[in-house]
Amino acid sequence: MIDFSQPTPVILSEVRLITPTRRELVLNMGPQHPSTHGVLRVRLTLEGETVIACDPVIGYLHRGVEKLGESHRYAQFVPWTDRTDYVAAPSNNLGYVLAVEKLCGIQAPERAQYWRMIMAELTRIASHLVWLGTHALDIGALSVSLYTFRDRELILDIFEKFCGARLTTNMMEIGGFSREIPPDLPEMVREFCRYFPKAIRQYEDLLTENPIWLARTKGVGVIEPEVAINYGLTGACLRGSGVNYDVRKAMPYLLYDRVEFEVPLGTHGDVYDRYLVRMEEMRQSIRIIEQCLEQVPTDGPLMAYESPYVIPPHKNVMTTAEDMQRHFIWVIKGFSPPKGEVYHAVEHSKGELGYYIVSDGSPIPYRLRIRSPDFVNLQSLPYMAQGAMLADIVALIGTIDIVLGSVDR
Amino acid sequence: MDWQRLLVSYLVGFVLLNVLLGLMAYMTWFERRVLARLQHRVGPNRTGPFGLLQPIADGIKLLAKEDIVPANADRLVFLVAPLLSFALAPLGAAVIPFGETLHLFGVDVPLLVADINVAVLYVLALGSVGVYGIILGGYASGNRYSLLGALRSTAQVISYELVLGLSLVGVLILSGSLSLQDILREQQRTLVIGPLTLPNWYILSQPLAFALFLIAAVAETNRAPFDLPEAETELVAGYFTEYSGFRFSFYFLAEYINMIVVSLLAATLFLGGIDGPIADGVWWLALKALFFLFFYVWLRATLPRFRYDQLMGLAWKVLLPLALLNIALTGLVRLWGIGAL
Repeated sequence: MIDFSQPTPVILSEVRLITPTRRELVLNMGPQHPSTHGVLRVRLTLEGETVIACDPVIGYLHRGVEKLGESHRYAQFVPWTDRTDYVAAPSNNLGYVLAVEKLCGIQAPERAQYWRMIMAELTRIASHLVWLGTHALDIGALSVSLYTFRDRELILDIFEKFCGARLTTNMMEIGGFSREIPPDLPEMVREFCRYFPKAIRQYEDLLTENPIWLARTKGVGVIEPEVAINYGLTGACLRGSGVNYDVRKAMPYLLYDRVEFEVPLGTHGDVYDRYLVRMEEMRQSIRIIEQCLEQVPTDGPLMAYESPYVIPPHKNVMTTAEDMQRHFIWVIKGFSPPKGEVYHAVEHSKGELGYYIVSDGSPIPYRLRIRSPDFVNLQSLPYMAQGAMLADIVALIGTIDIVLGSVDR
Repeated sequence: MDWQRLLVSYLVGFVLLNVLLGLMAYMTWFERRVLARLQHRVGPNRTGPFGLLQPIADGIKLLAKEDIVPANADRLVFLVAPLLSFALAPLGAAVIPFGETLHLFGVDVPLLVADINVAVLYVLALGSVGVYGIILGGYASGNRYSLLGALRSTAQVISYELVLGLSLVGVLILSGSLSLQDILREQQRTLVIGPLTLPNWYILSQPLAFALFLIAAVAETNRAPFDLPEAETELVAGYFTEYSGFRFSFYFLAEYINMIVVSLLAATLFLGGIDGPIADGVWWLALKALFFLFFYVWLRATLPRFRYDQLMGLAWKVLLPLALLNIALTGLVRLWGIGAL
């Protein structure tokens, strides 16, 4: 029973706050700093170059995305998900639309599901490329970042071909895709799958056995499996420690149970293992994409038009009165999903991205909560930074693979 | 006549300094173009043909920038420190021989500014003094990143200077002189081993010393993978974080001049300087120095950066023992050669 007459004690942070003595130096790293990946601020207490305490301070990119979700109609929120983790927009879209589809009890047609998988895996590769480039750049390998961004362009070209946008794609819709797949898109994706293994080899040539890279990453930022689980880490941060948890295998969504792929696991839980895990994930993504391209039907519907929650097809809107009325209501008022609550998680490139939606039966979600992997994973930074050197901090921020848009939301 | 020699060496020095400053400006262009090529980019190509006017445009831009002194900086030291770095950088080139003595208008013109008999020590001493610009600049900025950069620089330069100096001892034992001109003269002889006729370049007789010198020189000039004092992903810009405009460019230029001087030195000490298979002359020296400069850029494009403790460990645990080993071996070989063993 809370005694409301007393002011509520607020515990802001459990992190050890150190009062610096004369021996220590407090260094404010960020929010404007070249390697804090956006606007992360880290308050470091240093003794020489050794880090004694490390407090991440977040919130510099807070835009209230969750609250915005609670004041927008369901379909209107999809573009907002682009802007949480802006280097992996289609995966964010996917997580949200799957949650809404689960709430409404609809399922996208098979062809759309395959294409969603292809786009999600391409996104994973694009996001990992950004991670690899910036991570290597932080550790001082200058050229890798330019090679990865060169190859990421190819993926962005595929996105552009598909939906017209490159970064904030707003690609997925509730019920599937309303745009037809461009006829030369499969060939573009196939071409990329043929090319990309060579590119991975190029990055690996530069890094994997490079003695300086090994010295900088091996044994740095070790997270034991139990600690990783206790922190609630997901994605490569968890699998790098050897815990086998991948949402695609644990709770298969879309048609991931129809494709074969392996979940790479690390053994030591250090920066190097997480690097290897992500490199292997990119190869596995290529494998998934190739299988999807083989299995995907060449034609068939892309949108679950039979459902009342889905926007009617454009052609019918122009020709039939019913669909025109439905379309009008869908756009002006929005659709009202049944009452209830739903959580749906996808394996995002950074970890488990979950959307928790509470519906009160109105066209606007009563509560929308984003379980962002970046936010949870970032918590492990002070743990990893114990006894690290100043230069390790940038490697540690890099290895968590955060995007501040997703941390702050 | 004494005044005549003075005048000649002043003139040679004047020409050399200007050539060096021009080269340094184009070194920035060279680095950007080569780096761009290695990184699948184009590099500066808009200002003039192949972007050749880019250094001039950069210079004008930097001159036009505001000269900011932070409020909590140590004002005097802050203003003087970059000048110290910049002024000391080209002095090392004074002892490098650029060719045989010329005879012009009845005057002997030696193609080096000063033939001092302790040239090698002089160059090493300049390196140690040059770091003061960095330390003072970093300290005076009143910025914690600058301070950390300066601290790193101090430790790094002290450690690698030892390696740099000791790696040269082997060369000095073989040549028996500290004068660069004498060292060069020794290398211009040919070495006949059976059917092979080789130049007596010290890279052949002192490969280990050459490797050590090369590594230490990269560290001494704060270049990747030893660019910790200015590691932009950790320390923003290290010791020159607070500098802007032309004061920033003094540091920047000093670094490039140091690179050129060290390259010239490496070419002279280990690759026979102006000595070449045909037509000895300054072009051989330029070619060899250019190779080293390319090597610098190549390193930067390829390697990640060391961590501070690893850098120290490398210097004290690996390079220093190797340098001592090299000295011992060279000494033994030398004694055996003159029959003293």
